[in-house]
Amino acid sequence: MQLAVLGGFWVAAMAPLLHRWFGSRAAGVMALLPAAIAAWLMAQWPTIAGGETLWLEWAWAPGLDITLTFMIDGLAWLFAMLITVIGTLVLIYSGEYLHGHRDLPRFLVVITAFMMSMLGLVLADNLVALFVFWELTSITSYLLIGFNHTDLAARKSAQQGLFVTVGGGLALLAGFVMLALAGDSWSLAELNARGDQLKTHALYLPLLVCVLLGAFTKSAQFPFHFWLPNAMAAPTPVSAYLHSATMVKAGVYLLARLHPALGGTESWVVTLSLVGALTMASGAFLAVQHTNVKKLLAYSTVMALGTLTMLLGIGTETALTAFVVFLLAHSLYKGALFMVAGILDHETGTKDVTAMGGLRHVMPRTALVTAVAALSLAGLPPLLGFLGKELMLESVLEAEAWRGVILPLAFLAAFLTLAVAAVVAIRPFFGPRRETPRAPHEAPFGMLAGPALLATLSLLFGLVPGLLDPLVRAVIGGIGAGQAEVHLALWHGLNLPLVLSLASLMLGALVFRRWDRLRSRLARLEPLMARGPEAGYEALLRGLVHVAEWQTRFLQSGYLRNYLVMTLLVLLGLVGHALLVRHTPSLAFAPDVYLHEAVVAGLMIAGAVAACVMRSRLAAVAAVGVMGYSIALTFVLFSAPDLAITQLLVETLTVILLVLVLFRLPRFSTLSTPVERLRDLVVAGLVGGMITLLMLTVLSGERLPRISDYMVANSQPLGHGHNIVNVILVDFRALDTLGEIFVLALAAIGVYAMLRFHAEAYEARNARRTRRGDDG
Amino acid sequence: MVRSGTLILRVAARLLLPLQLMFSLFLLLRGHDEPGGGFIAGLVAAGGFALYLFACGQGALYAMLRVSPRDLVGLGLLLGVASTLPAWWSGQPLFTAQWWTLPIIDFKASTPLIFDIGVYLVVLGSVLTAITALIQTDENA
Repeated sequence: MQLAVLGGFWVAAMAPLLHRWFGSRAAGVMALLPAAIAAWLMAQWPTIAGGETLWLEWAWAPGLDITLTFMIDGLAWLFAMLITVIGTLVLIYSGEYLHGHRDLPRFLVVITAFMMSMLGLVLADNLVALFVFWELTSITSYLLIGFNHTDLAARKSAQQGLFVTVGGGLALLAGFVMLALAGDSWSLAELNARGDQLKTHALYLPLLVCVLLGAFTKSAQFPFHFWLPNAMAAPTPVSAYLHSATMVKAGVYLLARLHPALGGTESWVVTLSLVGALTMASGAFLAVQHTNVKKLLAYSTVMALGTLTMLLGIGTETALTAFVVFLLAHSLYKGALFMVAGILDHETGTKDVTAMGGLRHVMPRTALVTAVAALSLAGLPPLLGFLGKELMLESVLEAEAWRGVILPLAFLAAFLTLAVAAVVAIRPFFGPRRETPRAPHEAPFGMLAGPALLATLSLLFGLVPGLLDPLVRAVIGGIGAGQAEVHLALWHGLNLPLVLSLASLMLGALVFRRWDRLRSRLARLEPLMARGPEAGYEALLRGLVHVAEWQTRFLQSGYLRNYLVMTLLVLLGLVGHALLVRHTPSLAFAPDVYLHEAVVAGLMIAGAVAACVMRSRLAAVAAVGVMGYSIALTFVLFSAPDLAITQLLVETLTVILLVLVLFRLPRFSTLSTPVERLRDLVVAGLVGGMITLLMLTVLSGERLPRISDYMVANSQPLGHGHNIVNVILVDFRALDTLGEIFVLALAAIGVYAMLRFHAEAYEARNARRTRRGDDG
Repeated sequence: MVRSGTLILRVAARLLLPLQLMFSLFLLLRGHDEPGGGFIAGLVAAGGFALYLFACGQGALYAMLRVSPRDLVGLGLLLGVASTLPAWWSGQPLFTAQWWTLPIIDFKASTPLIFDIGVYLVVLGSVLTAITALIQTDENA
């Protein structure tokens, strides 16, 4: 399985090649991959249905104890099935939708990569692996939203989606680290077994906040919901797949996955119920304001994601059952509806439902598929959506926390969603025929097959809900309800949820009849909407740019002297702090200094002082040279020949470089004020003093274990060399050296680029001057 | 600004350069057991080339080097990275030193030596890049 997922990335990379061989049919060829995985998953079904968990282990980074372990239980199986089955359909569909599109290969690469990332996400047992796949889905989503990269709005939406989800991803990473610390494991299965330990841990609240931030941003929960409707700038197959059926459910998946480990506490129940309910209601409320069919569907996806979160918050057995059924129902009907939206857009050339009408005469099959899927969205019998909605209302009635708030919100969402479903199914297909920018035809088979299959499944599961019993049992067994007895049925008897459903049916019909008038009323709320969370995001982004500009101006002054002061002060602060707080500084040293040592030290001091006070550049350079050679002498005296040679050579090369630039430097002049020089003196004095103190402390007091002992002892046996310095450089610490030579190379490139740029600018200036001279 | 030097300097530089280069190679190869090593050897070689540059001019240096100093930097980095891979190939962690004894000449070859040669080239290339760039700027002025 790991092989299939990781190999899938290779298949993704091969998309351009396949496209060259098969043309637009490459999409169909690539659909074989998810189809094969789906078939394999189906073969595992008996195991999963038996309540067992399938473990597939694969050492990834053994040194870091990270294994790519895939854990397939009911929840993972359900998600993996959704990903692969809808993925297969979407790939076939996009082959038609983007038929002959120049960038089809690029699209196939990214969407296949996404598919594999998403599979990895839902199957991974290790937190790190899950996080990596999580971020990969964010990145691939970014690339897909910005697919039409010549469109400014698409680019902006892509960036917004990325910032929001990756911002949440950062919080999630912090949350995962805390989770692993608190639960003492990186394995989700082990963490889930330690729920009691986690819930009483001191880190529980901070880690919950971080994990929820990650999940809420990914699953577009209020107030982070705004990126999802904007993500509709992506091609429709992407909207159908990423932004309704799979990726946006990753957050919900994570919450469900961590339900045994973190769920059930008061903060969990209240946060999830309220945020979920609020998202649900605002999604439904915002949906009815739009006429763009994709936006309508996007906001109703926000509503569905809110519902799922709320159900996880309520957390009773009914709620978890409702969670599974609603999740499945939503993926089926929303995937179908989005693909239909793509068909409408593709055939008519517009996405505005008010601009379409009477299409049932030209595209009867599409109309039928839409009607079935929309009935499921509306939550009408005998479709799966009805079951999901009934169970949802039942769970809300059972909710213990804040029932008074979430029940009205759930009811509001129910009847507004019904109105949305009616708009989507009725406006384009019924009523008088309207002229559209393109003359519509029935959709080709490849585009209709996907939505038709999904709609049929909605109907089938609705008519025979018993088919889902073992699945629901397997899923909720894994997320915390133990061995539950589940029996789904369409007819629940005349109970309160049914009454609520009937009431919402009537209200929804009313909203649909008055939809046009309602919209113009709601349009007056526009100024209020402009102050929503999205405005907050914009302000945040602007603020970020301001801070970046300010700190760049402050830190990157372009003057070497400022950088030096800054670097030295940081060094002083960090080392000084550690020295004074962690250790006892000592000034004691044995004064057994030989005369020649004192002379060398004196030379160094004299050189340093002279370099500071000299009023000629050449003299100052010579003074620095004296200092450098004295240091080399020190190395010789204390038997460090390598260092001495290096120091001597560096001094020599300094002279060479200086010769080259000396004549190009401006006249020697004093650029700093006395105050600045005093400041520099203080900084230099403090740093010098601190280093002295550090050296004396190291040499006298506490004898920390010395690294050099190890190096001396092992240089010959392990490194096969007698020159310890060299063995350290090229063997023991070779990674450091590799980093250093990269820095050196970068410095050389920097010097080269700077000088070349300068020379070119100089030439350009000269050329201009000459031309002007000619004119004059 | 840098003109070809005097006759004496030119002759001396031409005679000294091979010696300096040989010395630098000597330092490079013995570095593992005696004072020396890639960094020092690279500096010595760079010093030799710098002297030659001052004596005979930029054109002569390029004619002799044949490759751009920047390519030396790239080659050095490549060798440095490549030397980490054999360990990986034989299933050990990256950077683990590998030792081979070459037959006939009984020379001990190793990945640290390859790494050191990489260091040597990077140091030599970087210094020469900086020096030649400075000289070119001078000539433009």
